[in-house]
Amino acid sequence: MPRVGVLALQGDVREHERALNSLSVDVTRVRTREQLDEVDALVMPGGESTAIAHLLVTSELRAALVDRLSKGMPVLGTCAGLILLSREVLDGRVDQWSFETLDVSVRRNGYGRQLASFETTLRVREVGDVHGVFIRAPKIEKVGDVVEILASHDHGDGEHAVLVRQGNVWGCAFHPELTDDTRVHRLFVETI
Amino acid sequence: MSSSAESSFTGSALVKRGLADMLRGGVIMDVVNPEQAKIAEDAGAVAVMALERVPSDIRRDGGVARMSDPQMIQEIQATVTIPVMAKARIGHFAEAQILQALNVDYVDESEVLTPADEENHIDKWAFTVPFVCGATNLGEALRRIGEGACMIRSKGEAGTGNVVEAVRHLRTINAQIRRLRSADESELYALAKDLQAPLPLVREVAATGHLPVPLFCAGGISTPADASLVLQLGAEAVFVGSGIFKSDDPVRMAHAIVEATTHFEDAAVVAKVSTGLGDAMKGFETATLETRLAERGW
Repeated sequence: MPRVGVLALQGDVREHERALNSLSVDVTRVRTREQLDEVDALVMPGGESTAIAHLLVTSELRAALVDRLSKGMPVLGTCAGLILLSREVLDGRVDQWSFETLDVSVRRNGYGRQLASFETTLRVREVGDVHGVFIRAPKIEKVGDVVEILASHDHGDGEHAVLVRQGNVWGCAFHPELTDDTRVHRLFVETI
Repeated sequence: MSSSAESSFTGSALVKRGLADMLRGGVIMDVVNPEQAKIAEDAGAVAVMALERVPSDIRRDGGVARMSDPQMIQEIQATVTIPVMAKARIGHFAEAQILQALNVDYVDESEVLTPADEENHIDKWAFTVPFVCGATNLGEALRRIGEGACMIRSKGEAGTGNVVEAVRHLRTINAQIRRLRSADESELYALAKDLQAPLPLVREVAATGHLPVPLFCAGGISTPADASLVLQLGAEAVFVGSGIFKSDDPVRMAHAIVEATTHFEDAAVVAKVSTGLGDAMKGFETATLETRLAERGW
């Protein structure tokens, strides 16, 4: 049974654990390098990307994660997690860094501040209709040729990808973990 | 493969509570100007609370404490990328309307400000912006949730630098939840009456063992050890008011409390970040206080 870590520095860790626990995987929290060494795959949860990025550095996890990602560890990032995986972050802090493993450009809070947070129905490829919960969500504005788009959404300004995959790296602008539907997690877990 | 804006909706309980979920495991810091907001964000705060005076200064100055000047809130919104919260007086729905119009990310209907209505809290369901409210016990928490609050913070005693009230309130809420957990279905009616809380919410807590919304902690947290303490007592995130910018070295204190909040179960990390921090805010012994902010709201 694969062991899936949830990066537990900050954010909605518990919801991801709940979703993963209902699938056939062993779930564990990752706050240290030793814990990262023990997992086969990682979920980077929703939260505040600036806070998580800061804590990745102070917890001495950044370099270890760069190493694991370069070796192809499967990873799913939702919301803040997507931002952390993206090649380019727009409207971030001037010193905002990311792992640059997913060839997309994301705009932080691209759909607006909290008042604009929304729910909608998404059509996810290979899955069907999924309830999408977007909270101060990043907007994927550019997608590289190697990136597969599994779902997109038109928020009145044209189509934007909301669930993407580049090999083992998955990015999701919404929060499948906030609903009882675990099909997006299942898609990810099946590739581990 | 695509969906459209027409089928979308905003302001739902899920997106309101969802933002609180995203803040879990984090530190929300009181800031009074853009410079402090920047320090907070640099230190890894998950959100800032924009207000004109931190609680210890409100306590010192006396007078009526009101919503902050919109200009100050907007300057802070322009400075940081993290969520910006602001406080409205208890029952002052017009202040809350203004804060919603300013596009703040969370409204704190707060006992730190002077209450505007001694009978009624704000009807929070009427708003798109989510609300956080303070509570000293489970009944108060469930009444606020019944009114539409999407996050509860234990009140503590703001501006004192003394964690004793925060501990009392968290322990009270937890003990009352445990009592509901062990209750027979037929006992819940009387327990709801005792708690003065809506029966459906009492039933929900009895079934799940936790509040229907995230439970954060506020009021008197002023060291990394305080943060670790309240998280171990079941708080899911911390609000730090005067504790950072009234300490000797706010930058280090801010970093240290953020680290301690993430690694609250690892005493070695909390020890490391507590080392050589300088003085925490001086603080007050709560028995000597003239005004107990926690007694505001009901």
